[in-house]
Amino acid sequence: MPFIPHTPDETSAMLGAIGVRSIEDLFDEIPAKLRVDGLPGVPAGLSEAAITRLMRERAARNMPSLCFLGAGAYEHHIPAAVWEIATRGEFYSAYTPYQAEASQGTLQLIYEYQSMLAGLTGLDVSNASLYDGATAFAEACLMAVRSARGARSRRVLVPRYVNPVWRKVARALLAGQNVELVELAASAGRTELAALAALEGQDFAALAIPYPNFLGGFEPVDELTDWAHARGMLVIAACNPTALALLKPPGEWGAKGADIACGEGQPLGIPLGSGGPYFGFLACRQALVRQMPGRIVGGTVDVEGRPGFTLTLQAREQHIRRSKATSNICTNQGLMVTAATIYLSLLGSEGLRRVAAQCHANTRALVAALTGLGGISAPVTPYFHEAVLTLPRPVAPVLDQLAAAGILGGFDLSADFPELGHGLLVCATEVRTAEDIDTYRRVLAGVLGVAVAA
Amino acid sequence: MREPLIFDQGRPGRRAPSQAPGIAGPTDDLPAGLLRRAPPPLPEVSELQVVRHFTRLSQLNFSIDTHFYPLGSCTMKYNPRASNKLAMLPGFLDRHPLEPEGHAQGYLECLFDLQEMLKAVTGMSGVSLTPMAGAQGEFAGVAMIRAYHVARGDAGRTQIIVPDAAHGTNPATATMCGCDVVEIPTGPDGDVDVDALRKVVGPQTAGIMLTNPSTLGAFERRIAEIADVVHGAGGLLYYDGANLNAILGRALPAAMGFDVVHINLHKTFSTPHGGGGPGAGIVAVTERLEPFLPIPIVGRRDGQYRWLAESDRPQSIGRLSGFMGNAGILLRAYVYMRLLGAEGMRRVSGFATLNANYLMKRLAAAGFTPAFPQRRASHEFIITLKDIARDTGVTAMDFAKALLDKGFHAPTTYFPLLVPECLLIEPTESEARQDLDAFAQALIDIRDLALRDAAEVKRAPLTTPVRRLDDVRAAKQLDLTWQSRASDRPNPTASPN
Repeated sequence: MPFIPHTPDETSAMLGAIGVRSIEDLFDEIPAKLRVDGLPGVPAGLSEAAITRLMRERAARNMPSLCFLGAGAYEHHIPAAVWEIATRGEFYSAYTPYQAEASQGTLQLIYEYQSMLAGLTGLDVSNASLYDGATAFAEACLMAVRSARGARSRRVLVPRYVNPVWRKVARALLAGQNVELVELAASAGRTELAALAALEGQDFAALAIPYPNFLGGFEPVDELTDWAHARGMLVIAACNPTALALLKPPGEWGAKGADIACGEGQPLGIPLGSGGPYFGFLACRQALVRQMPGRIVGGTVDVEGRPGFTLTLQAREQHIRRSKATSNICTNQGLMVTAATIYLSLLGSEGLRRVAAQCHANTRALVAALTGLGGISAPVTPYFHEAVLTLPRPVAPVLDQLAAAGILGGFDLSADFPELGHGLLVCATEVRTAEDIDTYRRVLAGVLGVAVAA
Repeated sequence: MREPLIFDQGRPGRRAPSQAPGIAGPTDDLPAGLLRRAPPPLPEVSELQVVRHFTRLSQLNFSIDTHFYPLGSCTMKYNPRASNKLAMLPGFLDRHPLEPEGHAQGYLECLFDLQEMLKAVTGMSGVSLTPMAGAQGEFAGVAMIRAYHVARGDAGRTQIIVPDAAHGTNPATATMCGCDVVEIPTGPDGDVDVDALRKVVGPQTAGIMLTNPSTLGAFERRIAEIADVVHGAGGLLYYDGANLNAILGRALPAAMGFDVVHINLHKTFSTPHGGGGPGAGIVAVTERLEPFLPIPIVGRRDGQYRWLAESDRPQSIGRLSGFMGNAGILLRAYVYMRLLGAEGMRRVSGFATLNANYLMKRLAAAGFTPAFPQRRASHEFIITLKDIARDTGVTAMDFAKALLDKGFHAPTTYFPLLVPECLLIEPTESEARQDLDAFAQALIDIRDLALRDAAEVKRAPLTTPVRRLDDVRAAKQLDLTWQSRASDRPNPTASPN
């Protein structure tokens, strides 16, 4: 059922105008031995009614769960208006705003987005977004290596409690350019300042600081920032955007502030969506803007002096610079940024602060409800909206039993962070209620074989 | 037509109260030094103001849903609404990516079927859906080529050959993968200069990146010979799938001799361009590259679907996204491919090619100059306006702007770089003959006006929300945020540097 409007008469007339007898004739430049007649392996086409039925049936086989799982993707309330507007055809079916005069809607929206992200991170400028948090982290490391004064080193210092998948992605993306990630030791859920002494005399381009870190806890951001700056390194903040409504922005860390901030934009109005599409954000100090990868929108004026917006600083990009570009990235995640900009407008600074504070309060309530059950403890405090629980027994079978009861109990930390013992990372965002938390407590007690008061 | 910035529409204390918790939970356990001193500068507006503002902004855009959008190399075809609606079913949309596989069988089955269909349309034997855009698919492809050579103890192969007509992402990707780029010329007939290729291949050759049909809108007729030359020298062939729409169901990249291909699902399989992303740049490979595919990949065992990850694919080039790629885009492509079916896919390439050749013929008959008049158009073609530009001073850019006034999005301009004053025109199969005729007439009218009154054409556009913008000022007097605009406004985000 392809979406082709031609009537048979039109097709004949068009073939006649070209001077061929059939559509097949239009493919006569493809050598005959390379031509195929069909696509075995692709089923016959369906009507919209039939595919709707099939997709509904498959969607229904995905079992809904009560979610206490974060680990990089978070369930937040998304106002109905966000996706009603973002999927308007004028946003949904437009492309990169190369023709600025015909794309002022997308361009102004991105400018507003850049302003909001600069404000949240406390930095001067933001780009128009990258693919996701993991790739934004990798691009931030690359950008830092390009920007670092002296630029002798191609090594980036990365604390142990940066999201382990982000570290894997960065390794995959940076391997070809000989950029090395060096792990900074940690204990008890945060980076050890004492471990810095062992690094004296070594050369690094940058230090990346997670905020909050993968365990939900806080690194000594001011001390780390000043330490890195004193040694000529740039500071990269890898941050959760919801947390930034509540917490001191990276631009205010230490004496001089972080140089680059990056992170996963999903919490800002993007559905969990089975893993994507999300978007990555990247902001920096003004002085580094020419090392930034990706699209950037700027304000300007038209020939009549009226204000307008256009893609700018394109001399950094692949379609101009080709093999010397700052990145091979071509587009941003435009539609996701559309949603995020609407989300941030609806929430405003007070709304987002309340979301962040409620996430924190709910996670505290969750930790309070679960610690004490059969010897569960919470070794990492304080935390934002995720916390480590140490269970008395291996985590995986406990999570399986919780899942069977319809609860996503959290993220099993034991493979990535064995030093935490039977570590479980739990999360309660603003959408969890006291009843949800009590349900988790009762079911977990049952799984652990602990009696609880009803 | 001007819409004020959302920041300038707010008033202190105004909110959309139903969208956030009624009170903020306690934060007394957080160290005071970690808390934000001043709130972030977000707009303070009502829900209706937000809805109105962004609706109005949307109305300042051209889009496929509102305008013919013949942007060459981008395949701006109709994006079926069914794809969007079905990908946003709660059973897909509300799933956490780390949920147990047993909870996600319906979702994983869609992705598994998608992998199988993508093998069928490329002729390849392995697929990874992970890359989140064409450029990331390119990265995955070149990284796999590198990993293949390194695994065979042939690490000296670091050169990637790229034709001069290639997308800018090709050479940029090669650099990101630590490779050097060697550019080869295109012959006068639009095919790659095979003699030039023979001269540059050798023991340093990692591979070649080709788009076929090329960005010149013509099928690379000597592709089998090219494959022999590159394979003979020990290199591999990379297929940039930007133009797959042109040959869908009619030729398979694997049969042409390619070892790895990326497909832009947002082009051929009609997922939305979204104002510039998200896309999806899946990769497919022949057997010898399968061990290196990026993870995760959907596997099936005993009727159950599961993710194949590090332990299943120890030689993988690794992970390219935080979870598993642009899942929602993959679902949209899946719906579209099932709607088309095998026969529908052949019709897509057939009618895309019919439309392009028809429009090229019409424009040639009206006196325009196709860049390669002796060739069949693929699903797109180039006209060069260099004669008109020389005679009247009206350039390809001026034509592009004048088209906006006539209600058409402009074609791609000044790409490929080797054709002067060019328009790369891709009508796609979803446009009707009357729209092609109207577009051709618009170009004719602009040309006729250029011959009479060039200055009038150069004033365009006149009807868009803004007229031509000062790009030089945009780059020199950087204005990238609202905060930076007013010197009299307190700037809470200024940093010392």
